[in-house]
Amino acid sequence: MKCHHCDSQATVHLTQIINGQMHKMDLCEACAQEKGVTNPDNLSIGNLLDDNQPKIDASTASMTCESCGTTHQEFKKGGRLGCEACYHVFRPVLEPLLDGMHAGIKHLGKVPSRSVKKKSAEENEGILQKELKKAVEEENYEKAAELRDRLKKLQARSSTTA
Amino acid sequence: MFHDLFFSKTKGRVPKPCPIALSTRVRLARNLSTFPFPGRAQSGQKKAVLSKCLDALEKVKPLQSSTSVELDELSELDRQILVEKHLISLELSQSDESGGLVLSNDRACSVMVNEEDHLRIQVLGNGLDFKKVWKLADSLDSGIESSVDYAFDKELGFLTACPTNLGTGMRASVMMHLPGLVMSKNMDKVINAVNHLGIAVRGLFGEGSDASGSIFQISNQQTLGESETAILERLETTLENIVHQERMAREKLMEDDGVRLIDKISRAVGSLKTCFLIQSSEAMDHLSLIRLAADFGYLPEKFRALADRMFIEVQPGHVQLSAGQPIEPGERDRLRAETLRAEFLRVPQLNLDAQVD
Repeated sequence: MKCHHCDSQATVHLTQIINGQMHKMDLCEACAQEKGVTNPDNLSIGNLLDDNQPKIDASTASMTCESCGTTHQEFKKGGRLGCEACYHVFRPVLEPLLDGMHAGIKHLGKVPSRSVKKKSAEENEGILQKELKKAVEEENYEKAAELRDRLKKLQARSSTTA
Repeated sequence: MFHDLFFSKTKGRVPKPCPIALSTRVRLARNLSTFPFPGRAQSGQKKAVLSKCLDALEKVKPLQSSTSVELDELSELDRQILVEKHLISLELSQSDESGGLVLSNDRACSVMVNEEDHLRIQVLGNGLDFKKVWKLADSLDSGIESSVDYAFDKELGFLTACPTNLGTGMRASVMMHLPGLVMSKNMDKVINAVNHLGIAVRGLFGEGSDASGSIFQISNQQTLGESETAILERLETTLENIVHQERMAREKLMEDDGVRLIDKISRAVGSLKTCFLIQSSEAMDHLSLIRLAADFGYLPEKFRALADRMFIEVQPGHVQLSAGQPIEPGERDRLRAETLRAEFLRVPQLNLDAQVD
């Protein structure tokens, strides 16, 4: 097992519980001395991990939602997002948070029927378009004509329901 | 006038009061696609959201006989009264522009517009009854969705301003009267235990309010990673357990030191009959004991209903409503006492031979 900080053999294995969560870290003799592991009173894995924190912060600090202008700092401070697009922009910082906040990270509840129909129509359209392209490439014009008609119908339907 | 619309005595149902579990509420948070959430929206966008939502709500069946109002039109006192009636949140009452409320005439359904999220759909029912309340909330939600596009993600569910509401956007809560657990000093244990199950306990007026009158609002904390039915089932099991614990606590109090409990109840009756100055928190503690007395059968059932009504009417906004104008706290205490004296003047002697429920 390698040391968390350098590539030497780890001989000190540290387990600490912070806010009910278990953190483990392996260190070599020298790093353990340097980080004060020999004095448990001053020790916190949080501090040891701190060395890595600035790197993460640097990559997320500049995150800003282009759609509504919410910054990562604002989200961190207020805990609220500004728009749907924020959920894409802040996904990397959001996911670990959701894990601790909720029973799971995947939605298992109600699905709004209209938005789903719309989505599946869009997906269908994508599939038909691909098939149409393929049929044309294969010079199967009979099939291409049929696909074109189906595509037209689908587009007409989605434009009336939108 | 606004008051006539919302508070006339002929309109609105009179809820049948239930012991322990007073009422059930399901709230769904929804946002319209393409518009920024209210906290980030410009004034024009908020207005557009309000008019889009009001249009959509008009078409929904349970809301066809309803009243809609824009918050800007209401006085501060009107807003406070709506908060005390649990019809709007404190947050919406403080909204500066384009906040809206649509309230069904039976007051069971209410929809807030431009609160933390574009839409907060809320359904209220009697006692502990998630099935009925969820069914109505679900159909209301689907009705609205038939004319607007919601912000929704396949993985994350309904997208909300605060990630704590993500997924189902559903917060289900039950208002519970737990004097037995409070008096036997077991409430902290209960709160700790249910917190571990992802269930939150708050005071009568939600976040940050205290637990005067031994009334607690108990709700699910987690909204993502489980279906609505699974959340409700888990919550219901926990609540049934709390009801059981409360019954046991009451029995034990009666067994261990029944005279002390009866003394407390009797003094509460005395205070309500004779007070000349009373603050709302003291009034609520007495009312809690009146409710308990009705549960024990010491007082007729109608006093449970009276206690429930007075829980709301002793609140500062309602005292001022009865005065017809904003008044100072000292004067409020006098007026509150006057109302309570009049209501409790004819409380009969406690019927101590009654069977415990």
